[in-house]
Amino acid sequence: MDMKLHEYQAKQVFADAGVPTPESKLASDVDGVVAAAEEIGYPVAVKAQVQVGGRGKAGGIKLVDDEQEAREAADSILGMDLKGYHVDRVLVEEAVDFTNELYVGITMDRGEGKPVAMVSTKGGVDIEAVAEETPEAIAREHIDPSFGMHPYQARKAVYDAGVPGEIARDVSSVLTTLYQLWSDRDGADAEINPLMVTSDNDVIAADAVMNIDEDALFRQPELAEMEDEAASGDALEQKADEYNFDYVRLEGNTGIIGNGAGLVMTTLDLVDHYGGEPANFLDVGGGAKADRIANALDMVFSDENVDSVVFNIFGGITRGDEVAKGINEALEQFDEIPKPVVVRLAGTNWEEGMEILNEDLVTVEQTLEDAVQRAVEYADEVNEQ
Amino acid sequence: MSVLVDDDTRVVVQGITGGEGKFHAEQMMEYGTNVVAGAVPGKGGQEVAGVPVYDTVDEAVEVENADTSVIFVPPAFAGDAIFESLDTDLDLAVAITEGIPTQDMARVNKRLTETDTRLIGPNCPGLITPGEAKLGILPGNIFASGDVGLVSRSGTLTYQVVDSLTNRGIGQTTAIGIGGDPIIGTDFVDALELFENDPDTKAIAMCGEIGGEDEEEAAAYIDEHVDTPVAGFIAGRTAPPGKRMGHAGAIVSGSGTGTAESKINALNDAGVPVGDTPEEVADHVESFLE
Repeated sequence: MDMKLHEYQAKQVFADAGVPTPESKLASDVDGVVAAAEEIGYPVAVKAQVQVGGRGKAGGIKLVDDEQEAREAADSILGMDLKGYHVDRVLVEEAVDFTNELYVGITMDRGEGKPVAMVSTKGGVDIEAVAEETPEAIAREHIDPSFGMHPYQARKAVYDAGVPGEIARDVSSVLTTLYQLWSDRDGADAEINPLMVTSDNDVIAADAVMNIDEDALFRQPELAEMEDEAASGDALEQKADEYNFDYVRLEGNTGIIGNGAGLVMTTLDLVDHYGGEPANFLDVGGGAKADRIANALDMVFSDENVDSVVFNIFGGITRGDEVAKGINEALEQFDEIPKPVVVRLAGTNWEEGMEILNEDLVTVEQTLEDAVQRAVEYADEVNEQ
Repeated sequence: MSVLVDDDTRVVVQGITGGEGKFHAEQMMEYGTNVVAGAVPGKGGQEVAGVPVYDTVDEAVEVENADTSVIFVPPAFAGDAIFESLDTDLDLAVAITEGIPTQDMARVNKRLTETDTRLIGPNCPGLITPGEAKLGILPGNIFASGDVGLVSRSGTLTYQVVDSLTNRGIGQTTAIGIGGDPIIGTDFVDALELFENDPDTKAIAMCGEIGGEDEEEAAAYIDEHVDTPVAGFIAGRTAPPGKRMGHAGAIVSGSGTGTAESKINALNDAGVPVGDTPEEVADHVESFLE
């Protein structure tokens, strides 16, 4: 999973590395916004700090010219619900008078297994849409990670993209810095969109995206500290983070617990195949012990949309007896089982598991297909009541 | 016959002194794998799981003639461990470790273009030639020797499909878990090529999942180069875009690439039937063998 920095965090990281950024201040109340705006000088942009795209269209970014407008903007943005995320902080930023908007970015091209640097003169819009509709508008340069980006590659990407000669040098310099950051900081993506060009031909990063490879956080202690501030908005997904589960909340009512991403995805697909709707993806991972299994049930029971649960374990390094213990532990604490649970155990120690499992508390099925069908039936029955 | 591993394979386990490494070294030996050494820096001279431990892979190769390594090294050091096995010119390195930083794997990926050593994984269950040897963490008892080559991005999904096959009396030549990370060594195309060239593999099952374009590339390869019948499965049909489903590689991007639909269509166009359920995959394989 990638850890996403907020815009203000990413801008700080970029600025520290020498990328030109507009003057800005973080604020969390209306007076703070006004104070920041006055210090920077009007006009300023007031920008919601949440991890979603399309903030501007959703009313999360406003340009203001004076104190009254700043108050109104702060009042409407702070506390708003932006695509499911609560806004509690805004970035107050010097408004840049621009003549042109570019895009520069570094990411991992998984097909090639190499980093790729990208430059486009079509900045300021959804770059994925540009990539889809006019792929030739984005210049791409693959980088050999054992050498890093050669200076000629930064120049080539900039010239290939058709960046005007007067600013080519500055844009290549930003691209070079961005690659260095991406490489040093274990970036998954590092992007500036838009990179604004002013009438004086200065370039300045008006937005900043920096996603970090979570698997590398152990060697990025400074960025790891930022993680809490950038946590996900969904309460259940936060709980999953605490339990350290791979969890994705979905819209349906059949809860799903399993081991191994591919098999859990397959279980979701089967719920759909048999006419149900998956409520979540939850992978307990390999070698889960009883307490982890109990936590998984707690997770899924916490989702009020869930009407039934299918528990599918195919043990490799996960042992059936541990799974059965965990299920008993989780369910024996209830006077009444909150939602019907269907269990299917296969693989390592499944016979031992079946001996331990308290079959008064759950429904047991022998095959994955049968278990999923039974859970979907239960979910339908609960819905009809 | 089989591909990549048999009872002559001489295995060095990197990370054999760790809990996982020791446990699975023992499990591999119990299955019949010829584990000849361990390699752990600073632990040379010890004996673990009944085999000598060396400080370096190089020494294990020199003294014990190891030709294959299985890597159980923690993620922070696993990239280095893979480099060590590649630089020692082994035939095969199998990286079980999950959670290796992607940039480390990008450097490994570059190295793979300069060496003859084959890498399987990382973040994979390993591979098994039933009745002969297993490299990794697969539960040996669900496999049976037979005619089907199996390749999969997911460990437990492999077990599910193998179980369906074995229960019908259909055994496997070799089963390979290639791993669920964005950057891996051996991919579907490589595995398909191995099975196509193995005279004993009469049918192939391939289990893919959402994310990336490996399945589409595999479909194109099958269309051009594979005569052995192939049955497919794709996990993640119901996954919403932009949400990573467990594996780092399993994500449908916002712009719509990596979808199950695109993979299923590509495979169907190459003449590969794709099962809606794991049992249907076994149905297809069974029909190939009749």
